[in-house]
Amino acid sequence: METNNTNSFEPKVVAFVCNWCTYAGADLTGTSRIKYATNVKIIRFPCTGRIDFMLLMKAFANGADGIIISGCHPNDCHYTSGNFHARRRWMIFRNLLDFIGMDVNRIVFSWVSAAEGAKWAEVVNESVDQFRQLGPATAYQKLIKNSEFQEVE
Amino acid sequence: MNNLQQKAQQLLESGNYGLIVGYEKGTSGKARPVFIRKAEHASKLIFDESCDQNIAVYLYRQEIKHDKKKVIVANHHTLKSIVELAAENQVFDGDFMVLAFAENGDIIELNTFKEIEKHVATLYHGLTEAEAAMMKKIEDMSLEDRWAFWENEFSKCIKCYACRASCPMCYCPTCTVEINQPQWISVPSHTLGNLEWHVMRAMHLAGRCVTCGQCGKACPLELPIQLLTYKVALDSKQFFDSVAGTSICADNALAIYKPEDHENFIR
Amino acid sequence: MERKLLTKDSYRSLITKLIGQNYQVVAPVKKDTMIDFLKISSFDEITEDYIVTVSSAKTVAFPRNEKLFDYEKQNKKLTQQDYDFDSIPQSVLIGVRPCDAFGFHSLSSIFCWDSIDKIYTTRLERTTIIGLSCNKADDYCFCTSAKGSPGSTAGSDILLTKMTDGNYIVEIVTEKGAKLVADFSDLFTADGGADKESLLAKVAANFSVDDVLAKINSKFEDEAFWTEQAMRCIGCGACAYVCPTCACFDIQDESHGGKGHRVRCWDSCGLSLFTLHTSGHNPRENQGQRWRQRLMHKFSYMPDRLNTIGCVGCGRCSRACPVDMNIAEHCMSIIEN
Ligand code: SF4
Ligand code: SF4
Ligand code: SF4
Ligand code: SF4
Repeated sequence: METNNTNSFEPKVVAFVCNWCTYAGADLTGTSRIKYATNVKIIRFPCTGRIDFMLLMKAFANGADGIIISGCHPNDCHYTSGNFHARRRWMIFRNLLDFIGMDVNRIVFSWVSAAEGAKWAEVVNESVDQFRQLGPATAYQKLIKNSEFQEVE
Repeated sequence: MNNLQQKAQQLLESGNYGLIVGYEKGTSGKARPVFIRKAEHASKLIFDESCDQNIAVYLYRQEIKHDKKKVIVANHHTLKSIVELAAENQVFDGDFMVLAFAENGDIIELNTFKEIEKHVATLYHGLTEAEAAMMKKIEDMSLEDRWAFWENEFSKCIKCYACRASCPMCYCPTCTVEINQPQWISVPSHTLGNLEWHVMRAMHLAGRCVTCGQCGKACPLELPIQLLTYKVALDSKQFFDSVAGTSICADNALAIYKPEDHENFIR
Repeated sequence: MERKLLTKDSYRSLITKLIGQNYQVVAPVKKDTMIDFLKISSFDEITEDYIVTVSSAKTVAFPRNEKLFDYEKQNKKLTQQDYDFDSIPQSVLIGVRPCDAFGFHSLSSIFCWDSIDKIYTTRLERTTIIGLSCNKADDYCFCTSAKGSPGSTAGSDILLTKMTDGNYIVEIVTEKGAKLVADFSDLFTADGGADKESLLAKVAANFSVDDVLAKINSKFEDEAFWTEQAMRCIGCGACAYVCPTCACFDIQDESHGGKGHRVRCWDSCGLSLFTLHTSGHNPRENQGQRWRQRLMHKFSYMPDRLNTIGCVGCGRCSRACPVDMNIAEHCMSIIEN
């Protein structure tokens, strides 16, 4: 575990959110003038069902320290079942990452509806805290350097 | 001539069948796939412990896919793959006959998917003791050790795709690794790209891997990559009660859902 | 050819000194379940318990990934960082089997064909190859059918042959080899005149590659023959990637944002995508045609155009093949059919 520099370290965070619930919820966070961490780059998707696991892999490969994935609550999906499909995929994916030794605490999953502006702020703040605790994704960064054929160590 | 060779000879002589896909003796006592078209070559066929390769991959091979007079000699891996391929509409009922073996060595003729499914139900589904021990060894490691273990393994992969080519379930005419707009998986074989390649492959086999181990056996660098697809197979069973290669009409675990699917990590 | 003797202790000193003098020393090492060529930092990492390594020695001159240059785009300005030839280390490659060493001959004929590949040639120039004769062989070996032998000096700068007492007969093959021996002259002693031949593995010559060369062109049009020969082949890259003479590569750009690099990496004619055109047309649309290309390239095109054969009989492809496509058997069926 990385513990050094946890105070000065600001994690790079990517949030993959669905258009209909969480994105609208995040909008509400803004219009309600709730303050929350600014580390997050939000990427809007039509549906959590569209958030392919490879996109998450690419976020890590491009230097993300943490990822937030969020969409409509079960039974609220704009397309009826996208989030149910996504949930199954995440269950498998999360365990697979754990199996190869990735810290799954670097990915936070949540359901945030369009009305839950406050919950979004909370999810982001707590996730950023969690990622800050975990420190930079050094294990992954080593792979990135190696993939760029830079000398490692 | 043993009973398999006799059977093959009869089938070919009858004229009802024109091709037998099975095993023959290869280099240094290894078994390898063979394609027998003439009755007088039937004596090449073998079936023993060395025949543990999954050869279902040949059933949809371009050259013989549409040959409806074919027979396949199937071990338990191949049988399970046939069931899974049937469920995914990659092979068709009546396109081939299967020769399987009872525990006492008797030949069992399986002509329809229903018969194959019924026979497969009598087989053991799950990991061997040795395989389960390998899984446990990795699962018992600390997170850091697991990462180090796989980082070392992935660093060796030369991206020859022998694993993919020999897996019956890797039948996509265009694999994600071949998509270059965008380039999902690096073509050069560096550790990062190799990790992405194997995570991608395992995810695409969730609920579909029949745990035959063929991908790992095929790897010239002996990466134990079958363990990755075993992991998703075991999780598919645990979470969704889905075991690939058991039902000719089951939907793929990741293509369906249940509202009551239970997880403990979404806030 | 000049012969010397190197005791096992002197061999250890030689390698230790080379490492100490900052040579990159690459040797067969047992890593996990496999024995492969790896950079070593101590003599003890070396193993001699192998017939051949899984991958070939070609990786020293033709690594599986080679960065050609870096680029960066900033404010519409493109800067390029060219290949740094100074970064290529002086290397000593040890434990190279005669087949593998001979493979560099075929590989060089491709990389120096019409234009000289400077990266490959520089890497090879800076590498001294210390071969090791074979004292055992397996069912896959067929060097003696492919103009080689378990004690052949061709391709090595120095060839070692291990004697029963653990010391080595040294044959100095090239000037480069002579220079290395001169640099460490105190370690080499006078040749004791041991009989090298009796120390070598016996590899039966089951066919002659000349017969394959003579016959293969006449088989080109025989589609049915190739289809049947390749029925088992599942079309992966294993055989080409481990082969000491296979030289096909792909060029790829990998970038993140405005920064990136161009990489040369291995490719294989066995993969269906190898010849796929943008239009969707694939001139080698089935595995039979791809397998034919593999054999024609080795036993017809290279002999015709480059005056060398593209196979040294190491048997690596056949060991690596997931479905046991044994290339020696295929050569024999070409002769017989
Ligand atoms: S067979 Fe082995 S080396 Fe080849 S791509 Fe698969 S894991 Fe990598
Ligand atoms: S074990 Fe490997 S080869 Fe067998 S079905 Fe699973 S992924 Fe495919
Ligand atoms: S074709 Fe096979 S036997 Fe011939 S040199 Fe290449 S790997 Fe060795
Ligand atoms: S011969 Fe073997 S290693 Fe080569 S492409 Fe065919 S299956 Fe792969």
